[in-house]
Amino acid sequence: MSKPVIATTSLAGCFGCHMSILDIDERILQLIELVEFNKSPVDDIKTFTKPVDIGIIEGGCCNSENVEVLRSFRKNCKILISLGECAIMGGLPALRNGIPIQECLHEAYLNGPTVQLNTEKILPNDDELPMLLDKVYPCHEIVKIDYFLPGCPPRADLIWDALVALITGDPMKLPYETIKFD
Amino acid sequence: MANLIKFKIDGVECMAEAGTYIVEAARQNGIFIPTLCNMAGLIPKGACRVCTVRINGRFMTSCTTPVTDGMEIESNSPEILDLRKSIVELLFVSGNHFCPACEKSGNCELQALGYLFQMMVPRFPYEFPKKEVDASSPKIIKDQNRCILCKRCIKSIKDEQGRSFFAFRNRGNHLEVVLDKEMGMKMTDELAEKAMRNCPVGSILVKEKGFAMPIGSRKFDKKPIGSEVQV
Amino acid sequence: MENAINQIITNYGGRPDRLMDMLIAIQEQFGYISRGAILTLSNELGLSQVDVEQTISFYHFLSTKPRGKYAIYLNNSVVAYMFGRQAIKEAFEKETGITFGQVTPDGLIGLFDTACIGMNDQEPAAIINNKVFTRLTPYRVKEIVQYMRKGLSLDELVNESYGDGKNQHPFLKAMVSSNIRRKGMVLSDQYTMGKVIKEILPKMSPEGVIAEIKHSHIRGRGGAGFPTGFKWEFCRRAKGQKHYVVCNADEGEPGTFKDRVILTEKPELVFEGMAVAGYAIGGDEGILYLRYEYRYMKDYLEWVLQNMREQNLLGENIGGIEGFNFDIRIQFGAGAYVCGEESALLESLEGKRGEPRDKPPFPVEKGYLGQPTIINNVETFATAVRIIENGGEWFTQFGTEDSTGTKILSISGDCMFPGVYEVNWGFNVEDMLNMVGAYDVQAVQVGGPSGTLIAPNEFHRTLGYSDLSTGGSMIIFNKQRNLLKDVVLNFMEFFIDESCGSCSTCRNMPQVLRNKLLKILKGKGVRKDLDDLQAWAKVLQPSRCGLGQTAANPIVSSLKNFRHLYENLLQKDLDFDEGFDLVAAVQDSCNYVGRVPKFHH
Repeated sequence: MSKPVIATTSLAGCFGCHMSILDIDERILQLIELVEFNKSPVDDIKTFTKPVDIGIIEGGCCNSENVEVLRSFRKNCKILISLGECAIMGGLPALRNGIPIQECLHEAYLNGPTVQLNTEKILPNDDELPMLLDKVYPCHEIVKIDYFLPGCPPRADLIWDALVALITGDPMKLPYETIKFD
Repeated sequence: MANLIKFKIDGVECMAEAGTYIVEAARQNGIFIPTLCNMAGLIPKGACRVCTVRINGRFMTSCTTPVTDGMEIESNSPEILDLRKSIVELLFVSGNHFCPACEKSGNCELQALGYLFQMMVPRFPYEFPKKEVDASSPKIIKDQNRCILCKRCIKSIKDEQGRSFFAFRNRGNHLEVVLDKEMGMKMTDELAEKAMRNCPVGSILVKEKGFAMPIGSRKFDKKPIGSEVQV
Repeated sequence: MENAINQIITNYGGRPDRLMDMLIAIQEQFGYISRGAILTLSNELGLSQVDVEQTISFYHFLSTKPRGKYAIYLNNSVVAYMFGRQAIKEAFEKETGITFGQVTPDGLIGLFDTACIGMNDQEPAAIINNKVFTRLTPYRVKEIVQYMRKGLSLDELVNESYGDGKNQHPFLKAMVSSNIRRKGMVLSDQYTMGKVIKEILPKMSPEGVIAEIKHSHIRGRGGAGFPTGFKWEFCRRAKGQKHYVVCNADEGEPGTFKDRVILTEKPELVFEGMAVAGYAIGGDEGILYLRYEYRYMKDYLEWVLQNMREQNLLGENIGGIEGFNFDIRIQFGAGAYVCGEESALLESLEGKRGEPRDKPPFPVEKGYLGQPTIINNVETFATAVRIIENGGEWFTQFGTEDSTGTKILSISGDCMFPGVYEVNWGFNVEDMLNMVGAYDVQAVQVGGPSGTLIAPNEFHRTLGYSDLSTGGSMIIFNKQRNLLKDVVLNFMEFFIDESCGSCSTCRNMPQVLRNKLLKILKGKGVRKDLDDLQAWAKVLQPSRCGLGQTAANPIVSSLKNFRHLYENLLQKDLDFDEGFDLVAAVQDSCNYVGRVPKFHH
C-alpha cells in the first residue's frame, strides 16, 4: 500500500502552526516514514501533483487568494483539517472583524502610526493583489472541514496524535494538556 | 449537622443539609457540576444555564435549586453534557473570545469549560459582534468583547453604601454590563483587583496588569476545572 | 426641572421599588429621562446611576433621549404587515422626512417600531403619546403629520368617531373597537356589579371560596394553565406579613387583545374578582399590572375603581364584611413582553428590570416584595366571580373534563370578522374558522408566536389544556401568505427583540436560528440546515422562563407542520454551503481602493 499523502498550507496565519508541526521533534523521522508530502511549504511543492489524503490548513481566510487556495485544498484532499485558532475562528487577524474595512485600510496605508513611506497616499489596488474580504472567515464557514485541532499553536503532541490516529484509524487519546486555545 | 436529607445524582446516593443548592450539595458529595455565573457568597441567578440538570423530566439550574429529600438528579448523562457543551459553544460564538490574545487565558473559566468539554470548534457560526472597550476608569478596563453577562461583578462590587459599580444596560442580544462612569473614577485598587478576580473571563482587567503567570503554571493549564471536587 | 423630579420622587414615597412609576412619570412629563433626572433619582434613592439606567434601558417606552413632542409607535406585528403596515411606515417616513428610530431635527415627531399593541383586529395601528390610532391608511398618516406640524393637540388629531361599547365612555374616548362577537359567561351582560361581594361572600368563608374555585377546576387563562384553586390555597397557607393579589394585564403575546376588551367592557368584573381573591387568600392589597400600550385606559379604570370604592366594593369592610379590607391600585409596565411572565412582572412591579426569577421559590411563597402573592390573568379573575356567583359545580358543565368553562379568544388575521369570541373549551379549530368567516386557510397560529402553527390536517383538533392549549391568540393565514418569510421570520425577530437577555441561551440562540432561517430564505440552505435548526432549538429548553423555552417554537412547529416549505427552498445538489459569497465579500474593499473585482474561476 502506498503511503498516505499530506498537503499543508498557511492562509491568514503566521506559520506558527507549521512550526508546531516541526515541533514533533525526532518523531519527524517517523512521520517521513509514514507519509508522503505533496503541496506544502515543508517541501516547497507549489501545486498539487496527485490526489491528497490529508490537507492541513493553517490560518483563516482574509482575502480572495486564501479562499481560492482553501477551495483548491477541498478539491484535492480527501480530508481537511483546520489547524489552530486562526483556521478555526479567524484568530488574531479576525480582531479586525468588528472594524469596517475602510477603517482598516485607512489605518494600514494612510494614517496609521507606522505609515511613513506612503507619501502619495496610495491604497494598494493592483489587479495582481488578492482582494480583501469584508472580514476574516473561519475556514469551515467557506468549505467543509473534517477535523479541528485547536491551539495557538496546537501542541505538537496533539498534531502527532491526530496524524497517527488518521493514518492508523485508531481513536485519538486527547489528554487534557493537549487541548488548548492559546 | 441538622436535617440531613438523601438524594441521588445519576443514581449515586448523596446526602446534604436540606435547602443546600444542588451545585453545592453535589460538591460536598464529590460530584462536580460545572458553573459560570455562580459564585460562592453571592445570591445565585441561573444566568449562564451551564449547570443545568434534569429533575422529574424538567431542566433546572443546580445553582438555584435546593436539594429536597428523595430528589433524583440527572447530571452527567450524554444529553445533559452535550447541552452544557452547546451552551459553552454558544457563548464562544456570541462574543469575541480571542484566547491567544487574552490576559485571562489559562485562568479563564469559560475557556476551562471549553477544555473540559473538549470543544474543538463551536457548532454554531461565529457572530463577531461589534463591541466596545471602556477604558475610562483609571483603574480598570471593561472589555465588552469578552463579557458573558454572568452578573458576578454587578452583585459583588459595591461601595460602602451598597451601590453597584456595574449594572446591565439594554436587553436581549444588546445586553451589556457597564461600569458607572462616576464611580469608576473613584474605584479603589482593592475593588479593582476584586472585580478582575471575580470576573470569570477577561472582561474586567486591572490596568497595567496581565500575563503575570507563565504558561504552564496557570490555573487550568494542567488540571481541568472542577478537578478539586472529584473524589 | 430638578424640583419636578423631586416632586415625582416624593409622590411615590421616595421608594426605590416604585422606580418604574417615577420613570414613567418623568418620561411622560419631559418626553425623555435626562442625565440630570438620572442623577437626582440615583442620589435620592441611594442607587448608582448605572443602576437607574439599567431599568430605563430595559423598557421599550423609556428613553434617555428625547422621543419627540409626538412619539409615534407603529405596531410591527405580523398582522399589521398583513394589513398594510409597510405602506403606513413608508407614508410616515415620507411625510416626516425621517426613518424609523429617528426624531425630526426640530424635535417634533419621533418614529418608532413597537411589538404587538393588542389591536390585531384593527390594524395597522399606532400609539401616539398614549393614544391609539387604529385602521391607519397612508392618507390618514399624511393628515396626522400635517396636524402635528400645525401644533394640534392629540384630541384634535382625532377626526373619527370613537369605537364601540365603552370605548365611548367620557373617560376613555378611544378610537378602539371592542369587536365582541360572541358572548359567554364572562362577557355576558347578566352580571350586576357587586353581587358576589355584597350578597355571596358574606355567607362564605375564605376556605369556602377556595373550595368552590377548586371544585370548578378552573385553570389559569394566561396560557400556562395552573389550577387557580391550588394557587390560591398555597398562597393562603404561605406565611408572610402581607398577602398580595396581582392581576396580570400585560397581554403581550402577539395576537392577543381579549384582556383589553375585558378591561374596557367588564372592568368591574375583573376588580371584583381580585377582591374575591383577596378575601380568599387574606390579602388587602391588589395591583393591576397594566401594559403601557393600554395607558389610554388609565383615567377610565381609575374612575371605575373610584366608583367601586364609593359603592363599598373596595376599601374597608367591603360588602359589609367586618375586617374585609381590600383596595386596588394600577401600576404600569413600560414595554417588555417578558413582563407577562409572572416573576418578571413582580420584578417590574418592584421597580426593576423585568428579568424572570429563578423558581423555586414560587410567587405564592415569595412574591411581591418577598411576600406571598397570587398572580392571575385578567380573564381568570373575571371568571372567578361567575364561579363564586353560580358555584363550582355549575361551572363544570361548560367546556370539557380537563378544561372547564369558557375561553375568550382573540381572533385576527385572514378572516371576515376579527374580534373577541367567548367559546366553551373543546371548541375545534374548524368550527372556529367557520365562525369567523375564514376561507382558503393555509395555517392557524394557535397561542401566538410561543404557541403552534397548525396546518389544515389538524383543524379537527380542539382547544383545551390537553390538546391545543392557548392563552387566546389565534392568527389565521390564508393560502396567499408566505409563512416562512412573513410569519416565522417576524416571530423570530419578535423573540430576539423581547428576550430579557439574562439567560445565555435565550439571549443568543434565537438570532442563531433566525440567521439560519434567513440563509434558507436566501436560497443558500442545504439539508443539514434543517437538522441544525431542529437540534439547536433544543438549547433553548433549559432557559429560565417560558419566553426562552418557547422562543424556537415558530421554527420548530413550522418545521414539523410545514416542512415542505423549507425543503422547497433547499439546494438539492449541494450538501455543504455555509452561505459564503466571495463576490459580496470583496465588494466593499474593492470599492474603497478603486478596483474592479476579478476572479479566476
